[in-house]
Amino acid sequence: MTAEFPPGLLLIVGALLVPFLKGTVRSSYMLALPLLGIWQLTMLEAGTFGTMTTFGLEQTHVRVDKLSLLFGYIFYIAATLGSVFAWKINDRMEQTSAVVHVGAAIGAVFAGDLITLFFYWELTAISSAVIIWSRRTDRAYRAGFRYLIVQITSGLLLLSGTAMYANATGSIAFNAIGLDSPGGILILLAFGIKCAFPMLHNWLQDAYPEASATGTVFLSAFATKLAVYALARGYAGTEVLIWIGATMTAFPIFYAVIENDLRRVLAYSLNNQLGFMVAGIGIGTTLAINGAVSHAFAHIIYKALLFMSMGAVLHRVGTVKGSELGGLYKSMPWTTGFCIVGAASISAFPLFSGFVTKSMILTAAAEEGYLIVFLVLLFASAGVFHHSGIKIPFFAFFAHDSGKRPKEAPFNMLLAMGVAAFFCIGIGVYPEPLYALLPFPVDYTPYTMTHVVTTLQLLIFSGLAFAVLQRTGLYPPELKSTVLDFDFSYRWLLPRFARWAVRVGGHAIKRLEAGIDLRIAHFIRVVYRHHGPDGVMARTTTVGSMVQWVIVLLGVYLALYLVWG
Amino acid sequence: MTETLPKNKGPDKKDDKRYWLDDMNNVYKIFWALVVVCALLFVADAFYHKHVVYEFENWFGFFGLFGFTVSFALVLTARELRKLLMRDEDFYDR
Repeated sequence: MTAEFPPGLLLIVGALLVPFLKGTVRSSYMLALPLLGIWQLTMLEAGTFGTMTTFGLEQTHVRVDKLSLLFGYIFYIAATLGSVFAWKINDRMEQTSAVVHVGAAIGAVFAGDLITLFFYWELTAISSAVIIWSRRTDRAYRAGFRYLIVQITSGLLLLSGTAMYANATGSIAFNAIGLDSPGGILILLAFGIKCAFPMLHNWLQDAYPEASATGTVFLSAFATKLAVYALARGYAGTEVLIWIGATMTAFPIFYAVIENDLRRVLAYSLNNQLGFMVAGIGIGTTLAINGAVSHAFAHIIYKALLFMSMGAVLHRVGTVKGSELGGLYKSMPWTTGFCIVGAASISAFPLFSGFVTKSMILTAAAEEGYLIVFLVLLFASAGVFHHSGIKIPFFAFFAHDSGKRPKEAPFNMLLAMGVAAFFCIGIGVYPEPLYALLPFPVDYTPYTMTHVVTTLQLLIFSGLAFAVLQRTGLYPPELKSTVLDFDFSYRWLLPRFARWAVRVGGHAIKRLEAGIDLRIAHFIRVVYRHHGPDGVMARTTTVGSMVQWVIVLLGVYLALYLVWG
Repeated sequence: MTETLPKNKGPDKKDDKRYWLDDMNNVYKIFWALVVVCALLFVADAFYHKHVVYEFENWFGFFGLFGFTVSFALVLTARELRKLLMRDEDFYDR
């Protein structure tokens, strides 16, 4: 293999072999692929290759720079963790599509032009829908279809935007786009759907919790972070993103507090974390962009860790509904511990990964004078500790004892969680290697007295609020429920509107038909009068009378000829 | 966790072992320990110089009070939202 093989294609081509392997060989192969990929990335040098010109537009299959490399590395790391976590899974469909999904996401971050990006973008959509379907439940089947429709729409918007952009600029190179470019708004919408912007977000909370225990781990890492990468590449410093990002950090946490399905709670907190990254991209300073992409890096690992811990619970207990769990720490102590590490990381506790990355975004927001945004991000930071940091471990592993005593997670799952937890703490304690990978030189010290103390104050007091609310019984209990979100519009309103439209429309058509009937009947009567058996146009004359008239005509003709001839 | 943890148990098998956290007195101990930590963090503001961007960040104990207040408000708001947004589990499947 030469180093100049497109990094994403390595996995997509590699995936073709997955269905033909079995058992440990297949699992080992799935682990080897991303490791091979990481090795390949270390060989790549900055630059482009795979350039070709079609229809006068220059396509660049692979563009290597610090930004694409960072996402390449973290995607391969996530794939490695996922492969270990799913070691014992024996599901051709899920495993093959997972490898394709990872490959497509990596292909997309290395794409140097918008058409290549579009190709991989759609491939991530299709492969992830197959991952969802692999759970083979009715709910997963339907959620997968909804997911696919939304994702394909994103791809179509990307393609339309690209067409407008190429038409106006004569180039499809994927660099800074901005809102003022022709097609810029369409491309931003395409990225926005995949990045779960407010109102475009619901596919995430709808679909991710419906995939299998292992499938969700694969899903959580790639699609949304690919969108973060695309935004960082195309829309850095676009001010509207600051406000979109701030909104994204704040509103999902209300849902996360009352949602019962703990993997759905994690999907809401995923959405909230994306908000921090989007806000950072919108601010657009080197500190903010560094913060956004490093937060994406850290986020992929701790989010995977949290989804793995809930996946382990789902694997052992068969449910992740808060209302049915509790007290699992007694029989799943390791999973509990790893989950707490993930929870501390997402909450940005000092010495955990979120602390050294998210703080760059908050500092940038404050320094650039976005006071309201800064306060919203602070609120969201306290909130994320509340619902992800405390709620997830608390309701799954502690709270009231459900009496369930499931076995500890299998060794491979514990190993994957352990490695992820190691990364979470490693990045938190020693962030320099991550900082060295960032697109801009880092001039930032996370561990200052002010920062450590204020963060601890914010978080521990937030924890105290949780404890007080629990003790006073004010905290809303976990209840079996569905919480209405924006998907209410297309899962409830739209079908009912369609049925109503068909019913009302049906009546209207009947009335219209009745009106048309009258006109047609009138028309038929008129035609009948003229052309019917007694109609004037339908009277027949005998041959004899015709001959008689011909003779008369000829006679008149003869007479005229004789007179004037 | 400070308690000794069990080895693998069969699925859903009840064990009669008492854990440290099973004793409500110990849960209260954790609660009061949390209160003490909060109090210490609150007074910590007196002992160092804050480097901040906005003036209000210098208010004594601002981050602690902010964290407590917004979390409390978050949960109470979400509680009220339930009245508006919560439906049966099979809402969409009907």
